[in-house]
Amino acid sequence: MTDTQTISVTVNGETASAAVPVRQNLVDFLRNTLGLTGSHVGCEHGVCGACTLEVDGAMVRGCLMLAVQADGATVTTIEGYGDRASALRAAFIDRNALQCGYCTPGMLASALEYVEGGGGADRAAIREHLSGNYCRCTGYQSIVDAVCDVIEGEGS
Amino acid sequence: MKAAEFYYERPASVAEALALLADEERDATPLAGGQSLMPMMNFRLAQPGTLVDLSALEDLRGITLSDGMLRIGAMTRYVELVRSGAVAEHAPLLAMALPHIAHAAVRNRGTIGGSVALADPAAEMPALLLALDAQITVQSAEATTTHGAKDFFLGMYETALKEGELVSEIAIPVAAPNDRFAFYELARRHGDYAMAGVAVARRDNAHRVAFFSISDRALRAFDAEEVLDKGGSVIDAVAALAELPYSGDLNAAIPTKKHLSGVVLTRALEAL
Repeated sequence: MTDTQTISVTVNGETASAAVPVRQNLVDFLRNTLGLTGSHVGCEHGVCGACTLEVDGAMVRGCLMLAVQADGATVTTIEGYGDRASALRAAFIDRNALQCGYCTPGMLASALEYVEGGGGADRAAIREHLSGNYCRCTGYQSIVDAVCDVIEGEGS
Repeated sequence: MKAAEFYYERPASVAEALALLADEERDATPLAGGQSLMPMMNFRLAQPGTLVDLSALEDLRGITLSDGMLRIGAMTRYVELVRSGAVAEHAPLLAMALPHIAHAAVRNRGTIGGSVALADPAAEMPALLLALDAQITVQSAEATTTHGAKDFFLGMYETALKEGELVSEIAIPVAAPNDRFAFYELARRHGDYAMAGVAVARRDNAHRVAFFSISDRALRAFDAEEVLDKGGSVIDAVAALAELPYSGDLNAAIPTKKHLSGVVLTRALEAL
């Protein structure tokens, strides 16, 4: 038995239709069917945040949502944030806020949600908002620096 | 780490959802926000025959005020509670606790009804509802029943919910001006499941003390409540926690849970 359903999803501005196994999670669909490998898969149980991406305007765990649940939804991944994330991208580079880069797509997604939500340059509040995203390289300090820079309008 | 096979349905009405859940051959499980169920399915701890996705059921969403109760539809997402002025005004204890319930990306999907129906012993929501004397309404194809929170949470992942029933609404008595609330939890990482936590309410000099993550379920500390009702000290209230049915978990063994329950209660009472 493999229950399959046809879904139609708008991903990074383009509509994609595909038959998906209902057990397939959204991030696997994006990576394996659409070839959008920017969203990373870490723990597959919602703890690490590497798969964080945007569905209908909210940042969610791509591993905790089925692809079939995204039928009719608008999905934006790291490949599609474009100008929305340009200041954050530059600040991440300036501040060395990524080393291996594995957590970066999810980290950037969470940071983008914080910045676009009008969050202040309050380090504790930034840490709280990013607490669902593990980074095993940077120690987080430089990531918080980068988010602060963007909010304070500094950096390149 | 991939979920086992299942069938998927997204009913358009509550009646349709209840009919699917009542069909014993389907071995159906409701899918609310999925933020706990999906991990359990990925670990193969849960292997439903059919997932009944409740996300299209607008009737189960929304926050309204009536008869002195704040009524929250079961499919209301945590993020909606965070943004709700009515929750901040009428259920300040919820507002205090929400920043500690998982992480932003999980709050964007997770639902209040899902948390109540699952009854994870480490989840905040069951304890919050115990502290608030909330009511939990469940629907089946035959009937609608309302339970008091104190009669709803029975054990580890065990509730008064029967096969074929759905949690439809949570109702919380609105806070009066003189009511006092406090919430405190200890977690290794902000937003992770707590190692111990407590919700405290004082209404008309009657105390409610509800713990989570120290036992097989969220539970009220009746002895400590009695101490506080009689005007006893924080130290006496903590001493009255000795007989709670503690159980250990991956984070901490029973002696640690006992110690931490006193710590969180002390800190909550200092903030009350």
